[in-house]
Amino acid sequence: MAERFDVELRTVTKRFGSFTAVKDVSLGIRQGEFFSLLGPSGCGKTTNLRMIAGFELPTAGSILLGGKDVSQLPPFKRNVNTVFQNYALFPHLSVIDNVAFGLEMKGIAKNEISKRVSKALEMVRLPDSGNKKPNQLSGGQRQRIALARAIVNRPQVLLLDEPLGALDLKLRKAMQLELKELQRQLAITFVFVTHDQEEALVMSDRIGVMDHGVLRQVGTPEEIYDRPADRFVADFIGDTNFLPCQVVDYRDGSAHVQVAGMTMTASSDHALTANTDAFLAIRPEKVQMYPAGASHNPDEERFAGVIVEEVFMGTDTRYVVELAPQTQIVVRQQNMNVASSRFALGQTVDVGWEAVFARVLVS
Amino acid sequence: MTQRRKALLAFLLGPGAGWLLLFFLLPGALVIIYSILTRKDGGGVLWIVDFSSYAKLFGPTDGALINDFMIIFLRSLWWAALTSAVCLLIGYPLAYFIALQPAHVHSSYLFLVLIPFWTNFLVRTYAWKFILNNNGLLNTLLQDWGFERVALINTPTAVLIGLVYGSLPFMVLPLYASIEKLDFDLVEAAQDLGANYLSVFRRIILPLTAPGIGAGVVLVFIPVSGQYIVPTILGGGKVAMLGNLLAQQFGPALNWPFGSAISVVFMVLLMVGVVFYLRSERRDGEAGL
Repeated sequence: MAERFDVELRTVTKRFGSFTAVKDVSLGIRQGEFFSLLGPSGCGKTTNLRMIAGFELPTAGSILLGGKDVSQLPPFKRNVNTVFQNYALFPHLSVIDNVAFGLEMKGIAKNEISKRVSKALEMVRLPDSGNKKPNQLSGGQRQRIALARAIVNRPQVLLLDEPLGALDLKLRKAMQLELKELQRQLAITFVFVTHDQEEALVMSDRIGVMDHGVLRQVGTPEEIYDRPADRFVADFIGDTNFLPCQVVDYRDGSAHVQVAGMTMTASSDHALTANTDAFLAIRPEKVQMYPAGASHNPDEERFAGVIVEEVFMGTDTRYVVELAPQTQIVVRQQNMNVASSRFALGQTVDVGWEAVFARVLVS
Repeated sequence: MTQRRKALLAFLLGPGAGWLLLFFLLPGALVIIYSILTRKDGGGVLWIVDFSSYAKLFGPTDGALINDFMIIFLRSLWWAALTSAVCLLIGYPLAYFIALQPAHVHSSYLFLVLIPFWTNFLVRTYAWKFILNNNGLLNTLLQDWGFERVALINTPTAVLIGLVYGSLPFMVLPLYASIEKLDFDLVEAAQDLGANYLSVFRRIILPLTAPGIGAGVVLVFIPVSGQYIVPTILGGGKVAMLGNLLAQQFGPALNWPFGSAISVVFMVLLMVGVVFYLRSERRDGEAGL
């Protein structure tokens, strides 16, 4: 029997006129999971969220909540709540009335409502703001009230549409941790939409990366970062070096490829055909750098090159090393030594990496 | 500097202030003064203070609960209220529809709403008479299609049709302005919180567009309560409203002080209403709307 998901999208497609916003997306989100939909603007992540909420109906495919098909249900008949990007607090209602709105719509008894509203306001740490109107609150406070208004209903799934986008950096970082903590306490499934890869990596149990309406990869932050499925994912999340290469052979997740005239070992999750043109993707911090000719780990692939650029960034320094004409690689070195003993511009160096960190990506 | 500021203020405010003085305050004062003077045979007033016009207006009821003048007052208010209500019922969906269209066609729709203003109101009301007459367009069509004729002209229904027709744009425009400003994310937020379509309207859309409703009602109610043309042409004088009563006093009856007294009492009534409206608006404004 297939796994039962809290939220499930089955071959969902959404078209607006001739524009396809979401293309054949299938996805299962587990109960109590913090799941992020990550991608650049216009990739279809918000459309996905709006289809789960019920604001948009899928053109094809179906959406299941707790195993029940809700594809055609209006939003007010779905047990999900949304935290909107612009908060969408009701300007004519006080904070208390805003938070109580969902409970009133469910016809819950008055004293029960006031109990749950005060508890929700405590959870978002704004217990004394109840009588204010939304326009008397700061952006961060509005954000918390929007959160309280949603969680007070104890939804099966909480949908969050870039809820931290309008906050300044410091507040955003604090709210990231707070949201994560809140999610642990409530044990509610969170579906979080963001274009900020760092935010997604910090908060999520799993991430779905979208591009042009297509779900490119689903996985834990580590999987997404260390084993990107394709060039788009590798490029969108973190920095990556892409070195053009040609596949020599492939066996059991390990491949031999030819890069800049050298044959080396790399890894791949997909079977590769010999002579295919591909890219070797390697993260800058996975690249080791040594003085030229220094003895080295025999497991490591090794290139000689010249440092052509050096940018000091505080905790580490970013170097660009030219391996061959037209072939450059970015290297990040942690600044653990005093400045005088670090590498310098123009220096001839050896760079190398373990085969497991070098991924062969065909597309 | 202050000298120049004063000159600038006088320049900017002068025309408006002069206008108000000449066409509002002076005539208003004149009407108030006339209302406490003595009637002169053949029109005009004698400059002798006399409160008998007010005595007549609030005077003997001949055994009825209220006198005939008060009945006309109440009827005018009733007609104004009814017209406002019908305009609201027609105008709200219309304004809502326009506000939901893509922004670039808004002005085309508003243009259609405003087109009737290109023709004189008197002419348009006569056109309605042509439509509603016993042998008019409507009845001819009804007959051709095999229906009974309807006697509409010179009935209250004809007056209501005429009043609603003439007032609708004044309801639609302020409603459009407030609905257009409505943040439709709030509608989604309310639905998300479990509100069905009726609750969304009642709890979110209606309160947030209340200023538009208030403005529309004021813009319809006040002119309609003093309407003269429509009851005369489409009501055939059988449906007497305040405007007809006034015209009678300044025309055939040649009782200028009494006509003035009617105006003064009605002005006071409307002003009290408008002041209440403005105060409730301001309270909402302070409450953060």
